[in-house]
Amino acid sequence: MNRARIQPAAADHARLATAFPQAMAPDPATRVRLLVTAGAALALALFGFWHLGFNFDRLGTGLGQLAHFITLMMPPDPGTQLPLYIHALWETLAIAFLGTLLGALIAFPFGFLAAKNVIANIFAHFAVRRVLDTVRGVDKLIWALIYVTVVGLGPFAGILAIATASIGELGKLFSEAVEALDRKPVEGVTASGGSPMEAVRFGMLPQVLPVLASQLLYYFESNARQSTIVGIVGAGGLGLHLAEQIRVLEWQKVSFLILMMLVMVGVIDFISSRLRFAIIGRAPTSV
Amino acid sequence: MPHAVTLLPDAQITALTRTYEAAVRERRRASLLVAAVILICIALASWVGEVKPLVFFAHADRLTGYFWQILPTLHWQTLGADLAEWYWNLDHWLKLLVDTLLIAYLGTLLGAIGAFALCFLASANLVRNPLIRLSARRFLEFCRTVPELVFALLFVVAFGLGPMPGVLALAIHTMGSLGKLFAEVVENIDMKPVEGATAAGASWTETVRFAVVPQVLSNFASYGLLRFEINVREASIMGFVGAGGIGQDLIEAIRKFYYSDVSAILLLIIATVMLIDLGTEKLRHRLIGFGEQR
Repeated sequence: MNRARIQPAAADHARLATAFPQAMAPDPATRVRLLVTAGAALALALFGFWHLGFNFDRLGTGLGQLAHFITLMMPPDPGTQLPLYIHALWETLAIAFLGTLLGALIAFPFGFLAAKNVIANIFAHFAVRRVLDTVRGVDKLIWALIYVTVVGLGPFAGILAIATASIGELGKLFSEAVEALDRKPVEGVTASGGSPMEAVRFGMLPQVLPVLASQLLYYFESNARQSTIVGIVGAGGLGLHLAEQIRVLEWQKVSFLILMMLVMVGVIDFISSRLRFAIIGRAPTSV
Repeated sequence: MPHAVTLLPDAQITALTRTYEAAVRERRRASLLVAAVILICIALASWVGEVKPLVFFAHADRLTGYFWQILPTLHWQTLGADLAEWYWNLDHWLKLLVDTLLIAYLGTLLGAIGAFALCFLASANLVRNPLIRLSARRFLEFCRTVPELVFALLFVVAFGLGPMPGVLALAIHTMGSLGKLFAEVVENIDMKPVEGATAAGASWTETVRFAVVPQVLSNFASYGLLRFEINVREASIMGFVGAGGIGQDLIEAIRKFYYSDVSAILLLIIATVMLIDLGTEKLRHRLIGFGEQR
């Protein structure tokens, strides 16, 4: 295809440049600031590569190894352990489901306590928020590790870990949902003589429940991914077998397990996004 | 102030009441059905998940006991010495914490660069060819569905122990999740500058550079900072599988029951995460404000 390019004459170009300096080049201050930021980011990155001991030799041999592993992974094959892996899959699902549910049950009251429009006392909701932040600051896997030492190996530790981490995150999401709601129904209930509890029950709950349910489902999706890895520290599910098979270099089983994970997450995403859109009543966006 | 209340005739009222009660019954039935399904799921999941509430409550004191035990012994009289003993290994931990932050930074940076390169290919409004678009999307989906830690486990075997596999694992996962978010931002841009650039004869790369990037850059930066927060958390556990950072010391302390070390390291991690959250939140608000001004 032949495209004729129309170039403005030099005089026109100069006239345009004086009339619209912004369009030709950003002003020098912005440019300097941009360059300094980019330079600092680059310098930090170079320092990081040096400090963490990156080198091209290791990168090259590592990539070669990785390519070799990938050829060994084909085709995915569970060997004789298929029933075991299917059971682990159910375990993973159970961890995600019960963990999310338990976390949500505990987070539910916290969501109201941490909301500015329910608890007017600034210290009370500040304290609740900091507790939620602290719980959120600790990763699920750390919780899993702690629960394994407390309740022993197995999926139950995974459930507790997912639940604990969910309290922090769902509590924050819930409180934001509660703060975003419409005041009018609450005022209506109070005006007709309702107690604060009744205001929450009849003025707030009907508004927030659909939002909470959709967030809960969204969180279930995310927890389904997370529950595949709590097994790495011994808390049940697919991760346990995955970590084991990687350590003994059984690559075909590794790829089969990763495939199982991908399919499980895909199916859960599909179902739960349908449910979510059914609850909040919007058509799913295109893939 | 007296009000005249108009009463409907009985026939009309009974009809209305019946419809109302039917509607209520319908709703109640639906709620009961949902509750029953959830209960069945709970029962099944508890059976598969080996949930034993009795055992749990019998040993609940162990849980509280554990948290009690990891608390350091601090006395008011000897506070300084006690604190020094609690954080006896502070220099080493701070060094590991710096490693962790660098892992998170490099992982986010490399991942964001990858996501930036791929997101334009995955946006429906810039790429009409479905083959390119869908393969870019499926690739990003794969990168974000496989958990970081699984990549880290694989990379530790391939690249050897140390922070390098941690950085690469974080980078790949970040590329997947940021790529999706970036593509969504790109799909929501104002198309007029794109049409203008195309009409003026710009090539595809010129269109992206001059018509798309200026619109999306502040949003990209904001998402990148958000991801950095998440990656700091993730980097703190990379050490669990030998991929560098403070996780290595934490898992050792938990496994070997060095109780006060557990709380010391956990507090360090929590404080770092909170500081990073606060800092990036400020930056993000400024970025968003900057984006809206223009």
